[in-house]
Amino acid sequence: MDWKRFGFIFLIIVVLFGVVVIIGRATTPPVVIITSMLATTIAVATPLTLGALSGTFCERSGVVNIGIEGMMLSAAFFGWLAAIYMFHIFHFGIGFSIFMGVIFAVLTGMLMGLLLAVLSITFKVDQIIGGTVINILAVGLTGFLNRQLFFGKGSVFGGNVPNSPGVLPTIHIPIEEIFLPICKGAASCVQFVDSINKVFDQKPIAISAILLVFVSHYVLFNTRWGLRTRAVGEHPKAADTVGINVIRMRYANVLIGGMLAGLAGAYFTIESVPSFEPLLTNGRGFISLAAMIFGNWTPIGAWTAALVFGASNALNIKLQLFRDVIPAQWAFLQQSYVVGLVPYILTMIILTGIIGRTTPPAADGQPYEK
Amino acid sequence: MADNIQVVLDAKGITKKFPGVLANDNVNFDLRKGEIHALLGENGAGKTTLMNVLYGLYKADAGEVLVDGKPMVLHSPKDAIYHGVGMVHQHFMLIPVFTVTENIMLGAETDHRARPNEAALVKLDRKEVAQKVRDLSHQYGLDIDPEAIVGDLPVGVQQRVEIVKALYRNANILILDEPTAVLTPQEAEDLSHIMHELTEKGVSIIFITHKLKEVLAVADRITVMRAGRVMGTTTPGETNEAKLASMMVGREVILTVQKKPAKPAEEVLQVNDLHVRDVRGLESVRGVSFSVRAGEVLGIAGVQGNGQTELAEALTGLRSIESGQFILNGQDLTGKSPRVITATGLAHIPEDRQRHGLVLSYSVADNMALCDYYQPRFSKGVVIQQKQVDANAQKLIKEYDVRTPSAFVNAGKLSGGNQQKVIVARELSRPVKLVIASQPTRGLDVGSIEYIHKEIIVMRDRGVGVLLISAELDEILSLSDRIAVMYRGQIVATVDRKDATREQLGLWMAGVHETA
Repeated sequence: MDWKRFGFIFLIIVVLFGVVVIIGRATTPPVVIITSMLATTIAVATPLTLGALSGTFCERSGVVNIGIEGMMLSAAFFGWLAAIYMFHIFHFGIGFSIFMGVIFAVLTGMLMGLLLAVLSITFKVDQIIGGTVINILAVGLTGFLNRQLFFGKGSVFGGNVPNSPGVLPTIHIPIEEIFLPICKGAASCVQFVDSINKVFDQKPIAISAILLVFVSHYVLFNTRWGLRTRAVGEHPKAADTVGINVIRMRYANVLIGGMLAGLAGAYFTIESVPSFEPLLTNGRGFISLAAMIFGNWTPIGAWTAALVFGASNALNIKLQLFRDVIPAQWAFLQQSYVVGLVPYILTMIILTGIIGRTTPPAADGQPYEK
Repeated sequence: MADNIQVVLDAKGITKKFPGVLANDNVNFDLRKGEIHALLGENGAGKTTLMNVLYGLYKADAGEVLVDGKPMVLHSPKDAIYHGVGMVHQHFMLIPVFTVTENIMLGAETDHRARPNEAALVKLDRKEVAQKVRDLSHQYGLDIDPEAIVGDLPVGVQQRVEIVKALYRNANILILDEPTAVLTPQEAEDLSHIMHELTEKGVSIIFITHKLKEVLAVADRITVMRAGRVMGTTTPGETNEAKLASMMVGREVILTVQKKPAKPAEEVLQVNDLHVRDVRGLESVRGVSFSVRAGEVLGIAGVQGNGQTELAEALTGLRSIESGQFILNGQDLTGKSPRVITATGLAHIPEDRQRHGLVLSYSVADNMALCDYYQPRFSKGVVIQQKQVDANAQKLIKEYDVRTPSAFVNAGKLSGGNQQKVIVARELSRPVKLVIASQPTRGLDVGSIEYIHKEIIVMRDRGVGVLLISAELDEILSLSDRIAVMYRGQIVATVDRKDATREQLGLWMAGVHETA
């Protein structure tokens, strides 16, 4: 990531936040708007971040993964389903059911990763086709099972969609407790610390996504695993000649990628809202890929790019809240479908390469043959 | 060395079959401590197969390999590395975006004897490895910077990185596969110093090549392979180029081209004050004028990168001409398309046969019809008559002795020499007036070089004009009737072959002019 890229990202975020602050300051102080928008940005960037990490692991090892969307969608469904089963059928406690939901989501992602690996590494199917298979399979499978289990005649839940046990709780990070004494009771200071705390009070998957960004970055660039993964994605033959098992490295990385996409899926139905609807991922898997590309196939770069998309989603959410105070000359901002276009327009701008081209791993998308 | 012969590597009865080919047939090969043992053979003779067996990339169907007298079990390269065998591949096995250090440590990150299956999340200690690389490069006189990005390094330096990579893994047996093929003459000279330095320090080297001169200059012993078999082992003292060449090819090889005096007739190509820009937009052909007459070979000598490539591309219509004109067979073809130029009577043997000469994923037959597939002999309207295309291919394969399993295999599957023969067959079998041959024998083996040279002279004697562009001075001298020297985009001198001396040409090529 060069400074031009970070500059671009910073600029976009400032613009997006600026629009909301200008509109919302009529009713709400700017600090509150900015911190709550930051909190929303981090939260909604979570699946994009995890999706981009998934893509980074796969592509760094030389396997193109356009199936992230499908992996997320199926993980969202099966994670949610597992939580419901644990709760309603096996009568486990709420907490355990939710936790098992996350585990099943991750396992689903891993299985989808395994499918991609078998197709593209073992059978050397064109990787774009392999990814497309996963996307189509996920749409069909989740739609079909959703209907059969919950709505069909004689379905398990007989036409009633049961309540899922709920969503993951917010984790409170005790910033307030530590820094409040410094304020010595000054009102603006208390408000400031309070708002800062709001940014960091996130749910577990959002927090682990951020941790995973840094862990992944370290693993890819400072460990032997990372060196070998990148070698296999750049020049598999060279890796083979120094005794590295190319096939095994690729399998392992695609499985890791699948698990990350699975965790991203869990975000939708277990962390964000406790329900599933068909096609709920709504293209976020593909936006993750854009973030990965814009981040030059590095975890930290991809994360910052994911934050931009998160910010544009946050814009949409916040503008709904301030709907009534939007000035008349900006009336178009009241239309949520206009604002909803922002992430997709950003994707296009980013992928045109105006902000500078990025370089994929040299052997990305090429099956390895001895 | 002779007083204490210690065999460090001994391959016994190696046999390796590929579908349809017996690549190694009961091959015996031994390497003594501290020697340079050259393995000589034409392309496809089985040298690289043998080395890939020794290095564990291929599994032999029969035979065994002893290292220091003990049999070596070979499942993968890591077994070979473990036994101290290192290999520098013809196409370097380096990752361009990695640093020198990262490339060297890859696969042996924590342990110099690659054992890849322990703790995956070990932190890389780049500093320690870089220091080890510096130590090795001092010890063996191999100057490399551990922090440099490999892709930025010249080919000669990348090769040194490969050698250090092997030494880092404690290799005491080094296999160099065609190491000079990619080097400039100066770099090749450096390499031979490095090889002697290494052998003095106790490393034993297997040196694979098909270049006779090099073998005689650097090797202690020479083993010649042909068609998967060892033809014999000799020493530079007992042999010479002609003997080695006939061992390699299996018959007498005429290393000097035999030809009658030329009978030049009318001019077929006139080039007037031609200016051409290169890819970067720089003027690389700057006012070139010359002519080629029917029945003569005009050789264009020069160090690579002095505008020869752009000149050939301009004359074949592949690159636009800035100013000036060229006239082929009486027609001004400046700015015409390659198809028009080809149809007017130009044959082109391009510099890069794989990228510009062939469609590698097409069959041999289709490649042989690439120039005139649209003409009535191959097409009815828009439909290609595959029967005619195939019949044409069968005829040309016989006529030009292309060694291919059939006319329907992909051109990419053939050896370099046979690929070049496919191009030669396609280009020279048409009724042409002028042949432009760019580096026609680069990277080919002795037998193919001999064949192609013969074909060029046959064309000349048939009354075709030949423009030969080559960086090999020997080739220019043995084929040309007149020689023009290109330097920095201009023709600095033109001489008759009989007045040309190697020394004078060398000076012109270096841009040195006699002060008259």
